Amino acid sequence: MKLTINGDAKEIKDNVSLPELLIIENVEQPDMVSVQLNDEFIRQDEHASVALKDGDEINFLYFMGGGA
Amino acid sequence: MIKIPQSVYDEIVAHALKDTPIEACGYLAGIEGEVKYAIPMKNTDASNEHFSFDPQEQFDAFKKTQKEGLRLISVYHSHPETPARPSEEDIRLAFDPNVSYIIVSLAGEVPDMKSFIIKNKTVEKEEIEII
Repeated sequence: MKLTINGDAKEIKDNVSLPELLIIENVEQPDMVSVQLNDEFIRQDEHASVALKDGDEINFLYFMGGGA
Repeated sequence: MIKIPQSVYDEIVAHALKDTPIEACGYLAGIEGEVKYAIPMKNTDASNEHFSFDPQEQFDAFKKTQKEGLRLISVYHSHPETPARPSEEDIRLAFDPNVSYIIVSLAGEVPDMKSFIIKNKTVEKEEIEII
């Protein structure tokens, strides 16, 4: 299926889950990214239950913070 | 190497000075290692020792730059009272391998800006070229 991931159109195998997609995208710590699916935030505890479909737009951004 | 226009450099320093003693933070939008403009972000921690971005504001910045054909190529934050080097917390929380991490220190007589690449908790200094 065709997905748009962080602005890039990509061909991804069918029936991939959101956690699987984050692994494919080399996200080493999925709990440290915020995910939007078609402009809607997906809570961390919902990741596993999200079914991705052809044409979906997924954006993920890493938590950004630090100290001094 | 990251290339930063003088005007953007000045804007980052001005942001740091304006927000001190709170840490200032933001993204730098650009392409192929050259910064085009700064995107000041709210420090949701409102602290002189920590900063965090707001996720919704992050996505707003991301989508704006995407529409312009740009990327979020760097993250900057200030150290109001400590040197321009990544703290242990900076390194621990540097999850994004795709950005440069710029730190502006206000600890000395004049602001000091340095850039770092942080991957797998390993810090590498990155040269800044002012253009």
